[in-house]
Parts: sequence; structure tokens; C-alpha cells
Amino acid sequence: MASTNAPRPWRSLDVVVAALALVYGLLAVQDLWLPRLGLDLRGGTSITLTASTPDGSDPSPDSIDQAVEIIRDRVNGSGVAEAEVSTQGSNNVIVAVPGVGEDELVQIVGQTAELRFRPVLAVVPGASPQEAPTPEATPAPEGTGEPTAPTDQPTATPTEAVGQRAVTSGLTAQETATPVETPAAEAPATEAPPTEQPAAEQPATEGALVADGQATPEGLAQLQAFDCSQVEVAATDAPEDPLVTCDQDGTTRFLLAPADVVGTDIRRATAEIPQAGLGFVVSLDFTSEGADKFYESTQRLAGQQFPQNAFAIVLDGRVVSYPTVNEPIPGGQAVIEGQFTQQEAQRLATVLSYGALPLSFETSEVTTVSPTLGSEQLEAGLLAGALGLLLVSLYGLLYYRALGTVVIASLAVAGAFAYGLVVLLGEWIGFTLTLAGIAGLIVAIGITADSFVVYFERVRDDVRDGRSIRMAVETGWVRARRTILASDAVSLLAAFFLYTFSVGNVRGFAFTLGLTTLIDVFVVFLFTKPLLTLLARSRFFGEGHRFSGLAAERMAAPRRSGRAAPAPRDRAGTTTEEALR
Amino acid sequence: MTTTETAKRAPIANRLYTGELSFDIVGHSRRWYAISAGLLAVALLAILLRGLTLGIEFTGGSEITAPAPGVDASTVTEVRGAVIDTGVPGAAEPIVTAVGEDRIRVQTGELTTEESTRVRDAVATELGVPTDDVAVQVVGPSWGEEITRTAALGLLLFLGGVILFLSIAFEWKMAIAAIAALFHDIVATVGIYALVGFAITPATVIGFITILGYSLYDTVVVFDKVRENTKGITAQNRYTYSEAANLAVNQTLVRSVNTSVIALLPIGAILFVGAGLLGAGTLKDLALALFIGVAVGTYSSIFIATPLLADLKEREPTLQALTRRVRARRGSVAVAAVSAAETAPVAPATGRREVGETGERHQPQRSTRAQRRGGRPPGRR
Repeated sequence: MASTNAPRPWRSLDVVVAALALVYGLLAVQDLWLPRLGLDLRGGTSITLTASTPDGSDPSPDSIDQAVEIIRDRVNGSGVAEAEVSTQGSNNVIVAVPGVGEDELVQIVGQTAELRFRPVLAVVPGASPQEAPTPEATPAPEGTGEPTAPTDQPTATPTEAVGQRAVTSGLTAQETATPVETPAAEAPATEAPPTEQPAAEQPATEGALVADGQATPEGLAQLQAFDCSQVEVAATDAPEDPLVTCDQDGTTRFLLAPADVVGTDIRRATAEIPQAGLGFVVSLDFTSEGADKFYESTQRLAGQQFPQNAFAIVLDGRVVSYPTVNEPIPGGQAVIEGQFTQQEAQRLATVLSYGALPLSFETSEVTTVSPTLGSEQLEAGLLAGALGLLLVSLYGLLYYRALGTVVIASLAVAGAFAYGLVVLLGEWIGFTLTLAGIAGLIVAIGITADSFVVYFERVRDDVRDGRSIRMAVETGWVRARRTILASDAVSLLAAFFLYTFSVGNVRGFAFTLGLTTLIDVFVVFLFTKPLLTLLARSRFFGEGHRFSGLAAERMAAPRRSGRAAPAPRDRAGTTTEEALR
Repeated sequence: MTTTETAKRAPIANRLYTGELSFDIVGHSRRWYAISAGLLAVALLAILLRGLTLGIEFTGGSEITAPAPGVDASTVTEVRGAVIDTGVPGAAEPIVTAVGEDRIRVQTGELTTEESTRVRDAVATELGVPTDDVAVQVVGPSWGEEITRTAALGLLLFLGGVILFLSIAFEWKMAIAAIAALFHDIVATVGIYALVGFAITPATVIGFITILGYSLYDTVVVFDKVRENTKGITAQNRYTYSEAANLAVNQTLVRSVNTSVIALLPIGAILFVGAGLLGAGTLKDLALALFIGVAVGTYSSIFIATPLLADLKEREPTLQALTRRVRARRGSVAVAAVSAAETAPVAPATGRREVGETGERHQPQRSTRAQRRGGRPPGRR
């Protein structure tokens, strides 16, 4: 009770004012005034993908992260602005796209990521001067493969750098480079008459582009005319067909032979530091079948001139990397060397590993909400909130009279915090306010108001016990706060589990519910209670005016004995009771 | 209870608090158990026989919602025809309903993205609205399983957490009673859904789980008072645990009613707006589940959780001994009761009639004020 004996109401109120000022100051600094709205409130398409592994176990977090990367690339590649890709639970990936009519996007995001090794036939480096050179690498046996490995393995770094230059000049010499900007959007589809396949995105047919494992002039022409912006996101990458495509930056163009090795041929890939070397390498471990294929492929490639001695690692129809082969690599072990940073090496290793164990995604849910419906839902949510607040405020005034203003003021403070924090959290952790979230906020009005009810009822109980109002405000608080904490703890527990173990809409609801429960504790401790302490000092409340909500005669039992006022008792009632016995 | 004509509300709250006006809730526990058993039997039968109407999120399927100002029966028929005419197999038997006054909803079986696009376009053309104004939801067949699985896991962990929390903060018997009340609420609410045939969507599930939280919250407030009233109860011999618990229920009755009203007001607002203005969707589903659940939850925290707790506690030897002492004591003072019976005929007659005839027998011992305080536990400060 010591804490209530010397209440410092002004200090608490100062804290509240300071906290509010902080929240809104932060908002003002960032010039943020509106919460991040969910797609159901502003219109948009939301795609929920559920991952599954071939053996039905939960996918590893790494593979999910990799899948998210791939999906993000696909979404960004499709040119949709402001799309967000996030995970939920252990195996769900949510793609949220503002705007509707993204039927095509829905189709592509869920496709399984395909990994291929394709021999490179020709390369056209990007025209962009600040083109980021893909760290090129030389595959070579290493470590465990040492006995079988030729020892005169050339150091990757210098040759590779030279190689890159050579390619550039080589190609320009061969083909007088047509400007990349050639408007070639429809070119591949229209230009290749022998196209037997109706699939427009397949810009190549074997006859036209490649003959005897060599690029045909037609293939080269098509390569020159190819426009990187035209690469299909998650292009259907049939391994047996040649492919014209670009790297992930969309700058360098490639003409690639049919795939020699596919993702399932790789057992694992890891990023590591070679025993005697600088920088990182990616070591590859093939399956026995993959080892044969890879050996055969490297036999063909080794000894050829760049770029024909390179193979492209193609993920999702785009070239991730294109290391050159210096000699045949038997034994199913290989190393990709290059000027990799740790991050780059790890990324490439992940691509190689999980391309090998593709997660298949099922499109679990696709929801499209038109902006019109979205704004209608938003309006409805706001209306429901306003109505709820109004009703609760009216009830508070009706039942608690002037004390009802404390309810309203506390709700207003809680509401101000809730709004400010929702906006801030939208910026900080990307929290989006959905319709379910708004419902959580509205439901929280009840829970917040209940804290006040618990407290006021306690105060009134103590007034009934004959305590002075000023006293009752303090003694009632001691017991009320324990109840408030216990019940808020249960609410918080519910919100926590709801948030952790749920998907979709439920999370938004749980989040706002948990947030407002915390705000409730804050407000009732630092605002409502101190405010009541202050008010109890006033004549109106302190002397129990009949409209104050604390009027003793309005709460007292009917006094048949003619006593006009509650018996003044300083001690607890039980003592009196004991005395009577 | 009708001694004062004016300003009735506040005095009732007051008399409830002091115990002068007391509803014997714990004493009649058999009655409430019977009512709840009946309710649960009906609920379970409804769930088993009628089953639950699951939304497409659980069954898989597509839902297409389009604006249709002034929608009427003929619009519905036309749209239905247009959907069937697409020839999409999954949409051969669409369910077309008017939602509110200006919206139409088409529910079909499972469709691929392409198929749903075709159906959407057909609906948009039929209604003459831009396709972008049409909302489409396509749900895969196993999505419901996924939601159910995660929700069930979350629920189990939540219940475990609650039992742990209540056992530490209160005691394990309170945890058991609270959880029992919780199951009661959920079964009853789901039963009502089965009975009426409301569709269960993920929003409904949110509502159900929130009910769990709410029901517990409500029970915790009552139990907190019980704990306070029964502190050091074995050190006296004037009232039993059940009576102290009953007083706690009565003392928190005003709060319980206020809380329920305050909780129901915003939920009612959501329900009104959700059902009235939007016609269907998240808001309505959520608010409906909450509205039913809060009502059931308030009932259970008063009529189920506390009597159950009292029953559990009365099995403890020390408390059984207390009950015997209280009975013995009341027997010895009963003689004096007769003369004073008419001076204070008010509340106790209704109040503690059943449990050891407390009402009448207490009276002669006390002045009016003391009588007001009858049954008040000594632990209060």
C-alpha cells in the first residue's frame, strides 16, 4: 500500500503526455499520418502459397527463405510495384499486391523454381556501363576430389577477369553489335518463322537457334535483338530446348544450349573458404547420375573458347552465374571459384541447393478486393468503431455520471496511443491494418473500458464500506490493479498465441488486440488512476456530488433505521462485525 | 427486494455488494449444471446431426462478389445463368445470393485461376461493371486443413498457457474450473452455429478464439474476488467456502453485467455495420461469433465457473471441516432466530436459504447494519 499512500498523480500524467508527445512527434518527423492499410481496405490481390516438400515434412526455414527470394524476384520481375512477399507460419508465403487484375502474377508466383545448367553458346554483355559483372568462376575439382583432379588448375581470379573482357571484345568483333535498345519486344515471337511451338514466351526452337551444339546465325541474331525486359518471370524453362535469356540484372544476354544438368542432379552445395586461397568458393556435390552428366558436359566444354566453355546456372529462366570450365571434371565434386564475397557465395550455394530440392507450392488462397470494396470496408470499419465508442461513452455517462467523463477521457487517450502506434508500427515493422485488425481495435474498446469498470466498482465498494472518497480511490486501486493485471495477462496470452499460431486475418486481429491490451495497462496505471486521484481532491467528486458517480447516498443501502449518512468508519467493516459478536 | 421505490439501481448494486441482496448462485449449482448440460446436449446433437456450415476457406472453392445496385431475384437468376453458361465444370452449380442491397455473391466449387477469371468476366459482363470492381477469392482444397491445424495447435498451447498461468497466479482448481467454463462456452457457441446454420469462416474462428480469451478474462475477475473473500477462511467458522464464493459472484455481478454490456456495445456496433451495411464478410462473421460468445461467456463465468470451483474446493478436508463447524455453530444460534424473523425479512430469505438457512438464523444476532455485512469474509481490509 505504500505506493498508494503517496500518489504523485501529476508525475504520472506528465509521463502520459510525454509518451503521447513522443509518439506523435515521431509521426510528425516522418510526416506519417495514416496507417498502412491492408489489401482488404485499399483493394488489391493477396496470394497465399503453401509450400510442401516431396516427403511431406515441414520445409526448412532456409528453403522457405530461398523460396521467398525466388518469389520476390519473380514478383519484382513482373514489374508490379509495391508488392510485398512475406512468410507466415512455417510454410506459408504471402504475396500482397496492391491493385487488381494481376491474373498472370497469380499464375507465376506459385510455380516451382527450376534450376538448370546450360552450356553457354553466346553472350552479349550488357550495354549499361555500370553493369555489375556477375562473379564468374571456374569449376574445378577440389578437396575430396583431389586424387582424380588435375593439379594444374588455373587460378580462377585472373583468368576470369581477362575472360570477361575477351568475351566482350570477341563478340563485338564477331557480330557488329546492334544496339541493345532495338525495340525488340515482339521480335522473338514474330521473327522466328520456324517456331513450331505456340508458346510465345519460348523464343527459340532448336532448329532455328542451335545446330550441332553451335549457335546458328539466326540464333545469334535473335540474341542480339533480345530485350531483357521481355524475359518471362519464371519462364517455362523446358530443359530440352535452347534458351535465350538474361542474367538477373537484366543486362547481359545469353544464348544457351539445352540443359545438361538439372537441379535434382545436385546433392548439395556449400559456400566455403578453400584451403589455400582467398575469398569464398561454392563447392558442389552431385548425385551419381548428376556426376556422370556433369562429367560429360565438362568434357565437351573444356578446351573450347570462351564463351563456349562456360555453362550458365539458370534459375527460373534467368542466369544466376556462368562459370567457365577449364578441364573435364569427373567424380561428382566441383568447385566454383571466383571473386565471391561470403554473401554472394552463400546465395549461390543456396540457389544450387534448393534448386536441387524444389519446394512445390500450392496456391492456397487468392483474394482480390476491388479498391471500391476496400474503401467501403474501411468506411464500415471506421463507422463501427465510432459507433462502438459512442455507445460505450454514452453508457459510461449514464451509469457512472460524471465519472463517465473519466471513461471517455481514458478511452480517448488509449485511442490516441493505439492510432499513433499502429501508424508507427506500420512504418517500423510493416504492420498492416486489416479489417480484422480494426475489429480487434473495436473489441478492445470493451476490454479497455472494463478496466475502468473494475476500478470504479472497487472504489464504490470502498465508499459503501464507509471510506471517504479520497481514501476509497486509493484503497480500491490496490485491489483493482491486481484484478486488472490478471485479466489483462489472460488477454495478452490469448493475443500472443493467436498471433504466433495463426495465418491470414487472424494475425492482424491478434496484433491489435495485444497492442491495445498493453496500452490499456499503460493508460489505466498512468492516466485513469492518477486522474481519479486528482478528481477526488475536487469538491465535486471528493464530496460525492450526486452526479459525480461516487455519491454515497446513491450507493448506500436503504437506511430503515433513519440514519442519514453512511456510518463513518475508519476501520474495515469486519472489525465492526467482530465487535458485534 | 422492493423495499425502496426510488433510485433502485444504485441500492441494488449496493445490496448485492454487502450481501443483503444475494442470489444464491453457488447453492443452486445443480440447477445451473442441469441447464448447461441440457444446453450442451442440444449443442452437441446439433453439431453431430446438422453439422457445421463451412465457408469456402475451409472447403475450398471460389467466391466472387460484384457490385450490383438494386439487385433483385431476376438479377440473381441472370447472373446464375451467365455463370453456368461459362461451361466451367467447377461452376456448373453456382450458389448465387444477393448480399445487402447492392452486391451479389457467387460461390462455386474449386476453380483454377484461369477458370475463376472466366467466371469473373462473365459476372462482370452480365452486370455491366468493370472487372476490376469484382472481388474474387479462390481457395485451394487444403487451405482449410492448414488453418485448422495451426488454429488447433495454437488453441492447445493457449489452454496449456492459461492453465499454467492460473495455477501460478491463482490455484490449479481455479484453472480447472475456468477451463471447464471455457469448453462450455465454445461448445455452446459452436452448437448455436450448427443449429442456426451460420457459415463458419476464418473470421468466425477468430471470434471463437477471442471468446476463449474473453470468457477467461471474465472468470478471472470473479475468481480474483473469490480468492480475496476466501483468504484465511479456515480461521473462522461463520461461513463456508461456497458462501464466500457466492458472495464474490454477487459482489462482482454489477461489474459482470456492466462489462458484458460494455463489451457487447462495440460488438453490436460491428454487427450492425457489418451485417447491415456490408451485408457479409469479416466484420459480420467476427461480430456474430463474439456477440453469441460474450453472452454465453458471461453466463458461464457466473453460473458455471464459480459453482464448479466451490464444488472442487469443498472436497478439501479443511474446508469440509469448516462447513461442519459452520453448520454446528448455526445450529446453536438457531433458537434465537424465530423472534427476529419479521424485523429483517428482506434479502437473506432469498439469499442463503439453502445453505444452512443462513438468512433467518443470522438475523437476531445483528443490527440492520451488521446484517448487511452478514457473510462478509474477514480477510478484507
